Amino acid sequence: MRIGQARNNKNFQQGTFYLDMSTNIPALKVEGMFKSFGEHEVLKGIDLTANTGDVISIIGSSGSGKSTFLRCINLLETPNSGAVHVHGELIKMRELKDGSQEPADKKQLQRIRTKLAMVFQSFNLWSHLTILENVIEAPVHVLGIPKKEAIERADALLHKVGMYERRDYYPGHISGGQQQRAAIARALAIEPEVLLFDEPTSALDPELVGEVLHVMTGLAEEGRTMLVVTHEMGFAKGVSSHVMYLHQGRVEEFGAPKEIFENPKSERMKQFLQRDF
Amino acid sequence: MFEDLIYVLTKYDSWLWQGFLLTLQLLAVSVVFGTLIAIPLAVARVSKLIWVQALPFAFIYVFRGTPLIAQLFMMYYGCGQLIANIEGIQDHWSWTYLRDPYWYCLLTFVLNTAAYMAEIMRGGIQNVPNGEIEAARACGMAPATIYRRIIFPRMWQIIWPAYTNDVIFTLKATSLASTVTMMELTGAARKIVARTALPYEAFISAGVIYLIIVYVLTFGFKGIEKHLRRNENRKENKSVPAKAGGHI
Repeated sequence: MRIGQARNNKNFQQGTFYLDMSTNIPALKVEGMFKSFGEHEVLKGIDLTANTGDVISIIGSSGSGKSTFLRCINLLETPNSGAVHVHGELIKMRELKDGSQEPADKKQLQRIRTKLAMVFQSFNLWSHLTILENVIEAPVHVLGIPKKEAIERADALLHKVGMYERRDYYPGHISGGQQQRAAIARALAIEPEVLLFDEPTSALDPELVGEVLHVMTGLAEEGRTMLVVTHEMGFAKGVSSHVMYLHQGRVEEFGAPKEIFENPKSERMKQFLQRDF
Repeated sequence: MFEDLIYVLTKYDSWLWQGFLLTLQLLAVSVVFGTLIAIPLAVARVSKLIWVQALPFAFIYVFRGTPLIAQLFMMYYGCGQLIANIEGIQDHWSWTYLRDPYWYCLLTFVLNTAAYMAEIMRGGIQNVPNGEIEAARACGMAPATIYRRIIFPRMWQIIWPAYTNDVIFTLKATSLASTVTMMELTGAARKIVARTALPYEAFISAGVIYLIIVYVLTFGFKGIEKHLRRNENRKENKSVPAKAGGHI
C-alpha cells in the first residue's frame, strides 16, 4: 500500500528517484557498525537495511547511541568499524596505523553525502544566508546546478514546506519550527536518496513540533526513504514503516511499529514504552 | 599661535600632503597584503596537524611578541646592511630598490599586520558554529568550498570590529616609518619642526590629519559592518509600520 502510493507519486514519475525498485538494492545498508569515544563504547555492532520508501524510526533512551549511529552513517563521526552502502555503493574506508579508520576517498564521500541529506536537531541553517540562499547553496555549489534552475526548484520546495513567504528572511528572524522546515527544504534540495533526521523536533517549543512533524509525514507519504531519530512516539507509531529500538549501543528490537508498540518482546522495550513522552 | 599654525599649514602644505599620501599608501599596502597573507596563516593555525600549525605559530609569536620598531630596525639596518655588503650589489640595477627604506618599511608592516590579523582570523574561524560547518559537510561540500562559502563569510562577520581596530592600529604603526627616514605624515611633521622649530603646530597639523583618516576609516568600516551583519538587522523593523501611538 505504501509503496503503491509512492509509485504514484509525482516525484517518482519525474524521475527524482531514479532507482528502479525491481533491482532490490537497498537504499541504505549498514553492516556491523562499531563506534567508541575513548574507552566508552557507544555502538556495539549495528546492522540496518533500509529499502527505498522505508521510514525507519530510531528510538531509545538518551545515551543509547541513536544519534551517533545516524552521524556515523554519513561519516560526520567516523565509525571504528562497519560498512555503509548507499544504494549498493560501499563508502570506501582505509585502515590507519592505530587501528582506527578514515574515509579512503574524500571525493567519493562527498558524492555519497549528497545522497544522504541530514536534518539536525539544532537546524544548523547558515545564518549569513537567507532561507532561499540556504536552500540553493548545495545545489549550486556542490551539485553545480545553474542558479536560476536551483531557485526554481528551491521555490517549489519552500512552497512544499510552507516557507515560501519567508524565503528572503534570515534564519535568525524566524521561529524554530520555521527554521526546521527550511532546513528540511535545504535537505530535499540536493535530491537525496535517504533523508537522515537527527531528533528534528527535540529543540522545538512544544507548540512548534506539530508543523515539523506534519512536513515529515508528508515526505513519508511521498515514499521518501527516511531514517528518523526521534522521541516522538506518535510519529514512530503512526508514520514509520519500521521501528528500531536501540539500547546501550545494540539493536534491542526491530520491526513494524504495530508489533513493536503493541507487543514488545524485550523487557527493556516494555519499560521504555511505559515512560511518559 | 594661530599665525604659526597657518604659517605651517600654508608654507609646508605640500610636505604634509606628500606625507599624507605616503601614510595612506603604507596603510593600504600593509592592510591589503597583510590580510592576504593572514588568511592562509589563519587556516594553517586551525589545522589539527601539529606540523602545519607550527610554522605560522612561530611566525605570529615572533611578530606579535617583539616591538614593531625593533622589527623595523632589524629589517632596515640588519637585513639592509647584509644586502649592502654583498659584493657588487651596489652596481646592480636592483640597488635602487634595495637601498630604499620604503620597501623595508612595507615588508615589516605587511608581516606585522599579517601576524595580528592571522590571530584575529583564527579566533573568527574557531567561532563559526560547528553545526553550520557540519551542515555543510553533511551535504557533500568540499573543504575548500566550506571555507569559501561558509567559514570565511561567517568569519568576516565575527571579526569585523576587531579587524577595524587593527587597521587603525596599523595606521598609527606606519608613523614608525619616520624613524628610518621615510617622509610619511610623522616624518613630514618632524622635518617641519627641524625647519621651523614649531613642534606644536607641526604635530597638531599631522595629528589632525591622522584623526581625519581615522574618522573616515571608522565610518567606512562601520558601513561595511552593517552590510556584513545584515542578517542581524531585523527585517520587520523596516517593513512593518509602527503601531499607532507606538512612538514615544
